[in-house]
Amino acid sequence: MKDSISSKQTGLPSTAQKFCIEVPHFSDFANKRLGGALLGLFVLSVLVGDALAGPDQKQGILATVWKWMPLMFQGFLLNLLVSVLSMTIGTAAGAFLGLAQVSLFSPVRKGAWLLMQFFRNAPWLVLVFFTITLIPFEFRIAGHVIPFPGWLKATIGLSLPVMANTAEIFRGGIQSIPLAQWESAESLAFGRTQTLWMIIVPQCVKRMLPPWMNLYAILTTATPLISLVGVDDALTLTRSALMAEGRSELLIPMYSILLIWFFLYCYPIAVWTVRLERRFAVKI
Amino acid sequence: MAWTPDQPIVMMKEVYKSFGKVEVLKGISLNVAKGEVICIIGPSGSGKSTLLRCINALVPVTSGRITVKGIQVNDPHLNKLELRKTVGMVFQQYNLFPHKTALQNVMMAPVQVLKQDKKEVKERAYRLIAKVRLEGKEHCFPGELSGGQQQRFAIARSLAMMPDVMLFDEITAALDPETKKEVLLTIRELAEEGMTCILVTHEMGFARELADHIYFTDRGIIVEHGPPADFFANAKDSRTREFLSHIL
Repeated sequence: MKDSISSKQTGLPSTAQKFCIEVPHFSDFANKRLGGALLGLFVLSVLVGDALAGPDQKQGILATVWKWMPLMFQGFLLNLLVSVLSMTIGTAAGAFLGLAQVSLFSPVRKGAWLLMQFFRNAPWLVLVFFTITLIPFEFRIAGHVIPFPGWLKATIGLSLPVMANTAEIFRGGIQSIPLAQWESAESLAFGRTQTLWMIIVPQCVKRMLPPWMNLYAILTTATPLISLVGVDDALTLTRSALMAEGRSELLIPMYSILLIWFFLYCYPIAVWTVRLERRFAVKI
Repeated sequence: MAWTPDQPIVMMKEVYKSFGKVEVLKGISLNVAKGEVICIIGPSGSGKSTLLRCINALVPVTSGRITVKGIQVNDPHLNKLELRKTVGMVFQQYNLFPHKTALQNVMMAPVQVLKQDKKEVKERAYRLIAKVRLEGKEHCFPGELSGGQQQRFAIARSLAMMPDVMLFDEITAALDPETKKEVLLTIRELAEEGMTCILVTHEMGFARELADHIYFTDRGIIVEHGPPADFFANAKDSRTREFLSHIL
């Protein structure tokens, strides 16, 4: 009899899976089409540009773009570095802010809430301008001069909204776990901190992962904002290249290249996020 | 105040509890001797679960005194660790930790909280799992087990702390009759071994058979109490009679 019960039970997830209709997510279509459109835009702009310029241009569009690509890519790598760094800083700070929001001590809870609301609703660019202006360009510690370059300051600026959004993901994740789990942990003599780290957080990490990855994709696409404060990122370098060439027919092909790179980087993240979302949705 | 076995292991005296303006317990007094099995019955919303939660300080009392094995539960400087080592609790919805295997669930608190030797705890865990007759299911996750199996693991998990008193909060209410039996059997064995048990239950047959003493609560007070034979045969209060007539 015991066996029949257990097989009935273990059978449950698979039946649940059967009922989960595999509907392709909207973003799958949207992203693939967008990718195609970007590539099309690039090809079209190259062809049209070449045709309009005629045979007397000194260098073909494709060759010119190719020539600048290493420099642009160098800038793109900086964008990625900034995205990874600000995500790391923002997540670490956001985890604390999220935990502070479920603190039993009401001043901590309210303070954290205020901080979260402020940074979540502040325009990212304004925050970047603030950190650029407020943080000195170098630090002097015990006679040593430690330079603090602009891209690092901008990274900190971007990590502020990441912090606020991660805090919300954390808080939501923690509060999505039934109170009964807290209660049973408490009755087994677990302290609040132990309960949080050993019982609650491990259960909600799965639920927090998709929105957190989504946030990362959004952050990555927002990194060109730092070009506005003079950081040599992909956008700044592309603009410099365009300025040096001074040919308007290069505008669309070169910016298309940037768009394609960002797309190629962010699209897999989006697909992966949707997959995780679906997988975890079945289990809950 | 040191506790001696001749004193009641659980004492409640004039316990009041309010949630905001709602008074849930209005002067509950009861004594439980060591090894006794107490069943608390009564209609929903009569404060039975709150009463249990007050005993292990999951819910702080508004006024009154609770003592468990000499530990003053209503003391603001209560040593919660000491209390929770003494009192185990099992819930209606099992509340196993879903990200841990059954064995890990049983071992977790003694190892992580009481810092007991892992090998020793493991031996104890296997002994307890055998006791609730779930050998072979140690490495299953809670989601792979039936309700009855989960509940028996929850009992084993609580017993792993080696408590002196066990609280059971309607632990069979979410189970089908088949699995209910297995859980009730486990409690019966536990009671026969001399564990002090306080059960909130709707299982009248079980209460009649197993309990040393039955308490009937309604709207926050103990309306009537007595040994089961007496209680079921000649209830004096009209509310008790009405409740029993609905249920039996």
